[in-house]
Amino acid sequence: MQEVAGSAGGQYPTSYRAVARRFAPGERVRVRATAPLGHIRTPFYIRGHVGVIERYCGAFPNPEELAQMRDGLPAQPLYRVRFLQTEVWPDYAGEANDTIDIEIFQHWLEGLKGGADETSPPPSDPPRARP
Amino acid sequence: MSAQQDRGEYQALTYFQLMEVSLRELLVEKGVVSEQAVSDTVEDMRRRGPETGARVVAKAWVDAEFKRLLLENGTRACEAMGIDVPVLKLVVVENTPQVHNMIVCTLCSCYPRMLLGIPPDWYKSRNYRSRAVREPRAVLAEFGLQIAEDVTIRVHDSTADMRYMVLPMRPAGTEGWNEARLASIVNRDSMIGVAVPTIPKP
Repeated sequence: MQEVAGSAGGQYPTSYRAVARRFAPGERVRVRATAPLGHIRTPFYIRGHVGVIERYCGAFPNPEELAQMRDGLPAQPLYRVRFLQTEVWPDYAGEANDTIDIEIFQHWLEGLKGGADETSPPPSDPPRARP
Repeated sequence: MSAQQDRGEYQALTYFQLMEVSLRELLVEKGVVSEQAVSDTVEDMRRRGPETGARVVAKAWVDAEFKRLLLENGTRACEAMGIDVPVLKLVVVENTPQVHNMIVCTLCSCYPRMLLGIPPDWYKSRNYRSRAVREPRAVLAEFGLQIAEDVTIRVHDSTADMRYMVLPMRPAGTEGWNEARLASIVNRDSMIGVAVPTIPKP
């Protein structure tokens, strides 16, 4: 996993040690359809769906790691991804252009261009907290 | 405070109230926070209300350069107005004749408290959180807002570090109004996107 210092810009640049950014606005991405345990900020309803990067927000500590009392570093690039409602809900009752925009961390996204460099390890199951 | 409490009747603490009291007292006892710091923070959050967001909207309606900055970086724009927005990373989404925006947090209740104060109970309800992303037009209709078929509905689910506020359209008939008067017609719901500002009938 390539790391860069800082978040290389974004709407809200941060100074965390961060994972290199892989996607640019306009790129099509698929949300990983996986169900690890733990504190996950990727809603179930969007997993497996295809959207378009709307903007890059900056890099932020991984919330899945923060929830385990770790530092969440290297920070994960965060994007706003735009989905067509009709793609998310096959029986959507609104109009064809209606969208849902969601913030999704890079490790939950895979590129749709194909090629070996478009894949990264899937989100791992964080160790369960001791009861 | 409930009517029951108003009558001075004894009411046991709920599970979460008890947890809050226990945690707070432990933190104070261990010297992590002081009682004063806790009550100051509670008061600070109570003081914040949608009037602040309304001021931002009104300024964007009269100042094109401010509006450009607000849409580019909401936090910097608020700071430029002298509004203190600690830790807030604000994304402002603009309503236009073609697009209507609506904010939800399906995972919990993320909300731009620095600008809008404490969120209304319905915003935190499972009903709103689940249906806003599934059938936004039906939800808006229940708020009394009919969105034309040729207007795109854009729902924003705040799942991570950004917080969202809608910049509503300035209603016709407000030409020549000053910022304070404009701000008076911008209510909380119009900045969440479940209402639009209207001119009160005289």
